Amino acid sequence: MVKYFSCFGVLKSSWDQVFIAFWQRYPNPYSNHVLTEDIVFREVTPDNRLISRRLLTKTSRAPRWAEPYLPVQMSRCAYIMEDSIVDPQTKTMTTMTWNISHARLLSVEERCVYGVNPENGSWTQIKREAWISSSLYGLSRAFQEFGLARFKSSVTKTMKGFEYVLAKMQGETPSRTLAETAKEATEKARETALAAKEKAKGLASQAQKKQYV
Amino acid sequence: MNSVGEGCTDLKREYDQCFNRWFAEKFLKGDRSGDPCTEMFKKYQVCVQKAIKDKDIPIDGVEFMGPNKEKPES
Repeated sequence: MVKYFSCFGVLKSSWDQVFIAFWQRYPNPYSNHVLTEDIVFREVTPDNRLISRRLLTKTSRAPRWAEPYLPVQMSRCAYIMEDSIVDPQTKTMTTMTWNISHARLLSVEERCVYGVNPENGSWTQIKREAWISSSLYGLSRAFQEFGLARFKSSVTKTMKGFEYVLAKMQGETPSRTLAETAKEATEKARETALAAKEKAKGLASQAQKKQYV
Repeated sequence: MNSVGEGCTDLKREYDQCFNRWFAEKFLKGDRSGDPCTEMFKKYQVCVQKAIKDKDIPIDGVEFMGPNKEKPES
């Protein structure tokens, strides 16, 4: 079974600015999980469309509940493939992105179509679709739900990253509000606290074991 | 951004810079007067394709826009 998801997004920049930003969007403050980026194929077709294949390495964290079911030495990185077609005549860009690592566990395929926003010609709209599936016996549904939730949060990050790069290109100081910075700090503190708690638990159980020896 | 091949990052950045300028100033404006980045791209590809092979990354398994089959909107 495949889970389908779709949504629309709008960027308040013109199509050409967005297409330019598409190739310059890494790194940005919302892309810390992107480690490497490479073009591995590129060509201009006879009808003047640019086709490219980009290879990305991203960190990939499995949910904590799934760890017992996964191979211990599973790589913490995932390779992602992204094919794209830029057509300046129709002012559209189509991208297809999918993971080539851990695909049996969780496969996420995403298609985006970027084009001029019909209501405001100086804005760009993005139609995003995703297909999420898992072939992991017994856990596929749980993995799909996890994949969908993570996909949705990554869409938010992608859009924020885009806005940041666009603002930077247009010479504005990209706005990272105080509230956002504070929220991130809170999240980080929470993670640290959680990690400390887990560690304390581990130490406590070790201490207990020692007592009984 | 860094390249997946540790030794290719400089070649990649040089190419990226050339590409970004060509893309914005020529390609998007319909100017087809040749691509000045071809040589840089070739050098960069020699490096990165070797790195991909050394790391066994399966990039050729899927045709272009690969998984883009008509899928059900379930």
